[in-house]
Amino acid sequence: MSTKIDINSSSLSRRKLIGFLFISFCLLGVLVAFMGLMSLLVQVIIQGYEWVTPNLIFNYPSRHPEQAGLWAALIGTLYMMGLTALITVPVGVGAAIYLEEYAPKNWFTSFVEINTSNLAGVPSIVYGLLGLSIFVYFLKLERSILAGSLTMSLLILPVLILTSREAIKSVPKAHREAAFALGGDRWQVVRMAVLPTAFPGILTGIILALSRAIGEAAPMVAITALVYITFVPVTPMDRFTVMPIQIFNWVSRPQDEFRGLAAGGIIILLILLLSMNSIAVILRNKYQVRSEE
Amino acid sequence: MTIENKINKVSLKVKDLSVYYGAFKALEEISMDIEENQVTALIGPSGCGKSTLLRCFNRMNDLFPNTKIEGQIIYDDIDIYSQAIDPVLIRSKIGMVFQKPNPFPKSIYDNVAFGLKINGFVGNYDEEVERALIQSALWEEVKDRLNDNAFSLSGGQQQRLCMARALAIRPDVILLDEPTSALDPIATVKIEDLINVLKKDYTIIIVTHNMQQAARVSDKTAFLLSGENRCGKLIEMDATEKIFTTPFKKETEDYITGRFS
Repeated sequence: MSTKIDINSSSLSRRKLIGFLFISFCLLGVLVAFMGLMSLLVQVIIQGYEWVTPNLIFNYPSRHPEQAGLWAALIGTLYMMGLTALITVPVGVGAAIYLEEYAPKNWFTSFVEINTSNLAGVPSIVYGLLGLSIFVYFLKLERSILAGSLTMSLLILPVLILTSREAIKSVPKAHREAAFALGGDRWQVVRMAVLPTAFPGILTGIILALSRAIGEAAPMVAITALVYITFVPVTPMDRFTVMPIQIFNWVSRPQDEFRGLAAGGIIILLILLLSMNSIAVILRNKYQVRSEE
Repeated sequence: MTIENKINKVSLKVKDLSVYYGAFKALEEISMDIEENQVTALIGPSGCGKSTLLRCFNRMNDLFPNTKIEGQIIYDDIDIYSQAIDPVLIRSKIGMVFQKPNPFPKSIYDNVAFGLKINGFVGNYDEEVERALIQSALWEEVKDRLNDNAFSLSGGQQQRLCMARALAIRPDVILLDEPTSALDPIATVKIEDLINVLKKDYTIIIVTHNMQQAARVSDKTAFLLSGENRCGKLIEMDATEKIFTTPFKKETEDYITGRFS
């Protein structure tokens, strides 16, 4: 006598085994990534925590490790980020709005579209050399904060344009139609129906793009030429340095103390970076609750 | 019945209207009169061009690239397709409610006030919002939570909110594009009741898949059918009573008796 259900089905246990193996593999991937990140963090914190002192933050670089600090680099980074944001946000968001809402669909716009995605993948040193030849030499901006910010803007513009376009694209067509049907012209539709809904996404894009810029060393090496700077930049035409360069400089010194300093610098850079990302998450959640209730 | 003998003022006069999407001809030489303070239903099988025709009345088709329109629609003695007319002006006089409720992710109040803001309304917004919500029979349900997000409303309430949003800017004509197809039967009845009340003050054109609905709410019915080349044509238009009892054309009779759909 046979029942309809085969209790000892071998194919079922085989399928279950395959499922289990797959989950194990995925979990392993998560573990590797997590362990990598954690060991990095733990090592940096162990090496650097005793170096995170007011000296590190408020002093200028020095030959004596216990007196050395990254004040010039910290202010340089913040100054450059501010200028970069001022340049990138209007240009990037404007370009995204134009490409999504106004540009006719023809070969030119698809050409621009493909190339924006490609540009987002270009190695950052290439942007550094481009900035060096255009801004530093051709436009004679010298090795100034302005030249650095313009270079950094070029680097993050493609990323910002891409994320902003995605945010604008994700606004339902029905919202646009509704606004048009109420007698809105295109600008009103964009301003009142599209941008408010796309705003959290655009904001996330801005902060993620800027947090990419904050950690970039390669293009800044090309622009600043690894100088030893013991002053805080005041005008956009002043020379400057940034934190990744200062850290790089310390790492490459032979004394052990400087390696500790570098770790301390990394901790501060990470704090800056993580707080920017947290702001992005908080702002996004705050505005998204309203649009997806 | 004497409905078919009643002569109403013509609100919108369609003359030899053809619509092309690129090389594809979607509608061919439609001519019809839409009467004032009447409900006109556009019926026909899927793909017959009834939504395309509806979108001609407020020039929504202009938003699709490569759309070409021939012929005229006369509204208030002007051809809305003449060069001098900006579609933006037309749309503030001829409002539209869509198939799926599409409120903005804003508060109930801001949704209704949206069109007023766009059209630069100066005056008492609270009064206008209240009036529009009363007209769309939603006021009693939302008056205590005007600042809640529109998405907290049910589907039927959202659709009535969209009606209120369209009514707030005081249009003459309201276009309804299958307004109940995404709603449950109870919400549908509420919208139909609303249409019956609104026609006192507005001219209404409704596209519907549901023939019972056309029979229930409309005074005039136009039957469209796509022939060879999938190009939509107006088969006939008459008083709803007549279309549903003694249609003139055989195609109409076949369609309303369900011989094809």
